[in-house]
Amino acid sequence: MTTPTAPDAMYRNDEGLGVWEHRGKVAAVGVGHAPTSRRWDGRPETCVGAITIDALRKAIDDAGVAPDQIDGLVVVPVTTTGAFWEAGKPLPMDVIQSFNQTDDPLDGIAKLSAEWLLKNMPELTNVKFTMYGPGCMSNALNVTAQAVGDGLTHTCLVVKSWHNFEGRYYQGGANAGDALPGTPAITQLWGGPASYSTALQFAEYCRKYGKSHDMMAAFMENSRRNGLRFPEGYWAQHRPEELGPEDYLASRWIAKPANLFDNDIPIMMSGAYLFSTAERAADMKQKPVYILNHASSNTRPRSLLPTLDEVEADTARTGRKIYEGAGITADDLSFENMYDGFSLFHQFHLEGLGYRGIKFGEALDFYQTDISIEGPNPVSPSGGNVGSGRSRVWMHTDCIQQLQGRAGARQVTGVKPQVGVSGGPMPLGGNYTVWSASPD
Amino acid sequence: MAKQGVDPDELTQPFWDAANEQRLVIQNCVDCDRLQHPPSNTCRDCDEGGELEWKQVSGRGTIYNYGVVHDCPVRLLQEDQPFNLAVIMLDDDPGIQMYSHLPGVPVDEVPVGAAVEVIFEPSANGQLVPEWRVIAD
Ligand SMILES: [Zn+2]
Repeated sequence: MTTPTAPDAMYRNDEGLGVWEHRGKVAAVGVGHAPTSRRWDGRPETCVGAITIDALRKAIDDAGVAPDQIDGLVVVPVTTTGAFWEAGKPLPMDVIQSFNQTDDPLDGIAKLSAEWLLKNMPELTNVKFTMYGPGCMSNALNVTAQAVGDGLTHTCLVVKSWHNFEGRYYQGGANAGDALPGTPAITQLWGGPASYSTALQFAEYCRKYGKSHDMMAAFMENSRRNGLRFPEGYWAQHRPEELGPEDYLASRWIAKPANLFDNDIPIMMSGAYLFSTAERAADMKQKPVYILNHASSNTRPRSLLPTLDEVEADTARTGRKIYEGAGITADDLSFENMYDGFSLFHQFHLEGLGYRGIKFGEALDFYQTDISIEGPNPVSPSGGNVGSGRSRVWMHTDCIQQLQGRAGARQVTGVKPQVGVSGGPMPLGGNYTVWSASPD
Repeated sequence: MAKQGVDPDELTQPFWDAANEQRLVIQNCVDCDRLQHPPSNTCRDCDEGGELEWKQVSGRGTIYNYGVVHDCPVRLLQEDQPFNLAVIMLDDDPGIQMYSHLPGVPVDEVPVGAAVEVIFEPSANGQLVPEWRVIAD
């Protein structure tokens, strides 16, 4: 079976599309996470393919569905943003021989195909629909919701995984060479780190609105606090350390004004969900969480980096798309789980949503108020990548668990969990999902 | 700062050739008369792709924004950390941005909004690369 990449037509990129045609008719039920680790230790049972199988099986168990009932699988094929298998590095043959390998020896080690998963999960005997949602879980969720709504699959798994190898992120390959080809040279010769673009938008934001980087400390402390209440996450599992203002503000700069903690920590992880039609979900083991809408942005900046004006125009547009398709307003949000890796753009998402009525330039002041899970205005109750490591998945898991009432120590208590929103990554170019405890 | 060398490719050969002649050229769409940078094989604004040319620009701009790089992924630049990394907006079209290390400007003392002019500096393999310096009042 050849797995296609989701066509553009599956995304809701435009304003004016009206209420999503499948609003409330698609549901998330099961959640599965593999244990996290900082880096791969080279063993077959911890490679990215193996942890993905683990997460998928947990999601199936969690939903209480027989594996032969599953007829769809949506996969994010890319499992890193900056940890690459160096050219010429010997292949780990013991690992490769531990699995039913595809034609690509790095499948399951440095990338992931649907074919590899199906070859190594013999219990999935009835999968007839496979599709790639590139990049992030946020993207794959949009694809899954649309596919279930459109009837392409009725019981569908969706999975996003991350590998991480020895060595520093982004530092191999072209960055270690003496010359660059002419086209990448135009953008890469100057050596901006990954968080540089976000740092610049944040710097412009601070100049425009009279804010400062130290105002981020309240958000960071809250996010780590929530992350330490996320037993599936990296910090909770491996480094149960609070992140107080002193530690945050004393950390070294990466691309000032972005410091070390503003950059999420790369990890190995896998997160999976089981989606189904609302009808079928009613008979499954967990309470269904209904999808009210999915929305996307494919906006590109005019030139090298998005300006603050471009960011604000697009996050506002994204907010309008999110609400329009879900048939809700900002007042309906019980909480928000917009993306935070890098932390310095979370406020753009928040202001675009108009969460709790905040306007452009007000989010950092809002951070100084009660944004905890116990208060009336929870910000990032998942703790996001700040709280649990680089996955771009925690925000979605948290929305599902909050609305099912099984977020454990992270459960919001200052609001009744009825509607949540999650998604990202960047302020320009992202995918968003609106989740609800009720189908209408 | 010693930047990595450049091996011009088909798309960017005119840009790098002009740089070696100390001229700054930017891609321009003949059909919609709009500059675009970074360059691409098609115009981003014309549905049919547009006919592209390389247009010499004034080489004047302003410092739009900057950050200070303390942890750079490019090996050759790591010995120069921390360094300024600014974004210049071209006077010819303030929507068009170019990067600069702002040679001569002390680290983290970047005058945002200041006028700059293009200069050309040799990279590791001798290819000249556009850079920007603050114009004295
Ligand atoms: Zn054009």
